[in-house]
Amino acid sequence: MSTPLEHDYIGLAETSSMERSSEKLSSSSSSSIPSIEDKTSKTANDTCLNLKETELRLGLPGSQSPERKLSLFGQDLETNDKSNGFAGSPLKNLVSGAKRGFSDAIDGSNGKWVFAMNGKSDVELAKGAALASPRVGLDSKTNSQQAKTSVSVMKEVVGVPQSPKPVQDKNNLVPPVNDHAIAPASKAQVVGWPPIRSFRKNSMASNLAKNSDEGAGCLYVKVSMDGAPYLRKVDLKTYNNYMEFSSALEKMFSCFTIGQCNSSGLPARDGLSESRLMDLLHGSEYVLTYEDKDGDWMLVGDVPWEMFTDSCRRLRIMKGSEAIGLAPRAMEKCKNQN
Amino acid sequence: MESSELKRSKDSVNSCESARRSSFPDEVLERVLSLLKSHRDRSSVSLVCKDWYNAERWSRTHVFIGNCYSVSPEIVARRFPRIRSVTLKGKPRFSDFNLVPENWGADIHAWLVVFAAKYPFLEELRLKRMAISDESLEFLAVSFPNFKALSLLSCDGFSTNGLAAIATHCKNLTELDIQENGIDDIGGSWLSCFPESFTTLEVLNFANLTSDINFDMLEKLVGRCKSMRVLKLNRSVSLEQLQRLLVNAPQLAELGTGLFSQELTIREYEELESALSNCKNMHTLSGLWDATGMYLPALYLACTHLTFLNLSYAALQSVELAKLLAHCPQLKRLWVLDSVEDKGLEAVGLNCPLLEELRVFPADPFDNEIVHGVTEAGFVAVSFGCPRLHYVLYFCRQMTNAAVATIVQNCPDFTHFRLCIMNPGQPDYLTNEPMDEAFGAVVKTCTKLQRLSVSGLLTDLTFEYIGRYAKNLETLSVAFAGRSDWGMQCVLGGCPKLRKLEIRDCPFGNAALLSGLEKYESMRSLWMSACNVTMNGCRLLAREMPRLNVEARGGMPHHLSLLSEMLGTRQTENY
Repeated sequence: MSTPLEHDYIGLAETSSMERSSEKLSSSSSSSIPSIEDKTSKTANDTCLNLKETELRLGLPGSQSPERKLSLFGQDLETNDKSNGFAGSPLKNLVSGAKRGFSDAIDGSNGKWVFAMNGKSDVELAKGAALASPRVGLDSKTNSQQAKTSVSVMKEVVGVPQSPKPVQDKNNLVPPVNDHAIAPASKAQVVGWPPIRSFRKNSMASNLAKNSDEGAGCLYVKVSMDGAPYLRKVDLKTYNNYMEFSSALEKMFSCFTIGQCNSSGLPARDGLSESRLMDLLHGSEYVLTYEDKDGDWMLVGDVPWEMFTDSCRRLRIMKGSEAIGLAPRAMEKCKNQN
Repeated sequence: MESSELKRSKDSVNSCESARRSSFPDEVLERVLSLLKSHRDRSSVSLVCKDWYNAERWSRTHVFIGNCYSVSPEIVARRFPRIRSVTLKGKPRFSDFNLVPENWGADIHAWLVVFAAKYPFLEELRLKRMAISDESLEFLAVSFPNFKALSLLSCDGFSTNGLAAIATHCKNLTELDIQENGIDDIGGSWLSCFPESFTTLEVLNFANLTSDINFDMLEKLVGRCKSMRVLKLNRSVSLEQLQRLLVNAPQLAELGTGLFSQELTIREYEELESALSNCKNMHTLSGLWDATGMYLPALYLACTHLTFLNLSYAALQSVELAKLLAHCPQLKRLWVLDSVEDKGLEAVGLNCPLLEELRVFPADPFDNEIVHGVTEAGFVAVSFGCPRLHYVLYFCRQMTNAAVATIVQNCPDFTHFRLCIMNPGQPDYLTNEPMDEAFGAVVKTCTKLQRLSVSGLLTDLTFEYIGRYAKNLETLSVAFAGRSDWGMQCVLGGCPKLRKLEIRDCPFGNAALLSGLEKYESMRSLWMSACNVTMNGCRLLAREMPRLNVEARGGMPHHLSLLSEMLGTRQTENY
């Protein structure tokens, strides 16, 4: 009887502790499942379930199973008819030499497979279990709690629609239980959504850059503001520093932010540093952010003005509450780039 | 296979054996079977009896492998000794959207090694979502003296150096088709590697490469390849250069232009127009990067017999599109960007009565602040004007149940219905209800439906409908949808022809996963990511279905992919 071999793709001790805890927990709710130590030592532990059968197979097609249905290409060629010329007997040792799959990548990594996509990995993992725990990592303490929660979550909260979790909401992973649409709190990008191939995405990204009218010494970028019904376009080249820029923006959008901005007339002082912009905005409900060449959303004011105009593709005046977590990402990005 | 079929085939084995002496000579049977092209027909044929199985395997020249992990190349070579053409698909489709990690696998090299030994006369290789290195391309180029056609789509791991190897060594090359791939575009010098004596190229597609090529070399190449019928240029080729190429290749059937925007004199414009209109065989037109209203009229005369127009890299406005479409009465397939908006789609409905396929891509998919693009109104307008529509891919920001119901009433023949409401979980924007009834209408009305992608706010009801009505459904894509295991259970229990199921970010858990045990044997693949499946669920599945290849990643499986299709196993170094 063919036995699937379990291959722990994560492969390292760190995760087995997590699995151990999830194993134990689920054993309380279903028929007893042997703990992972038994598995790794590969001794058949004959409890209710035959251990070996729980193991995922790594064998080559056709090996070890006389009664294995030998069929190629799916349903089309399925047949049990031995007269079809197929060897009913095992096909041994067909090393096709296919490149090692996933395990290779894992061995070289820290053992935890995550997406390195805009820092969303943790969010995505947690989403899969619909958890309240803020971090899905290899910390066993957290994991056991998480695993516990997951079992009950599976049973009880099955009806919760998944909603994309904005990166900014890292600390708030409980999906709102809501019968109707969950419009995401902020429309941050979800990995791989909308489903468009990379080539097309990159083509359009370069189109966007082109469309920001870079010719003839001007640099028009779009400026949007949350809650405003239409956008504006500004020519970044007409400003020399953040001060001028923020003042212009404020004038442009003041009709939407009556009473919000600390707009008691900006003192037209020379030589003000970039930090002045942050000071101004700290007094208001809004945060000025921009999308850079890599497609990441950053806080305005961190980098020198020239660098900003070089890399800014467009701007968004965002509600302060939605910008939580943006700064840490910016820091991370700087770290990664250095 | 059903038991009655099994009986029948066993019976026919007996009668085959007994009638052998008076049956067809093998050569005749092989000759007849060699006329069969469809791989499904061939598979059916091979099940009739041993003689037919053998005749089929000796006469098969093209093999299609939808899942490279379903079988080993050695088995393929043993069964089919006379293969000239191979089509291989590797990674799960969601790898196109970065949901599959790097170095997942699907490497072509092991296959090439076997093919070099067993199929030295291999002529064609078509790969989709495979990993292929420059070394593999070089190996391919030198191992198969008769090699004719290479087509790569959504592959990665190679660079333009690999293409140089192909150009250098493949003396009999007729087709080099480099579609959207994760290619490392180092430079355009690969094109100059075609020897001066080389004249056999019929298909050249490098539209998705970005580097500049040596135009002089290209012009000479096109000039001496008199059989060239497909030429798809990249952005680096200008309008003026396009004109020069066309003058020497009026026989082209498929043209992909380069950049369609340049300062032209009146004379240059007229020359371009003339060169384009001289392409009397042209039925497919693409490229048209940055095309603006100014130069589109140069195309008008060339569009008379056009059946496929791909404008998905040209951000046209509605008026420009309308004017262009007035000259495309024969159009069957149209790809556009949503910059054309609903008005543009109205023009489609008015001008293209023969339209069978429409794809509307988002020009600005990540820009949620601006509301533009197409709405349900555009889709409805097309459906009124194009009753033959059977394939649609539609990205939009709003949709209603009523609109979809109208659409499928107008176009009941949909075989492929892929609707992407770009904001995940968005309801009918007029009624605020889920979009269940929309997809219910689709599956109830479109009995021929083979492929469905759902979106918007969806409860389990959508999946009840799908399970109950979509009897011909083979491929289903689900994202951010459903309420409970019941949804997925309905699909697994109800769609008899389901082959590929891909699910992301849905509340389907172990109960749903395990409800499909019998189903998975007849499917090519199942993908689940960011759902409620646990590692235990995967283990149980693997235990119950030992012949399935079950992969689960992450402590709580973030990804579960069943590469089924029988005997699918992933090779490891330990072998």
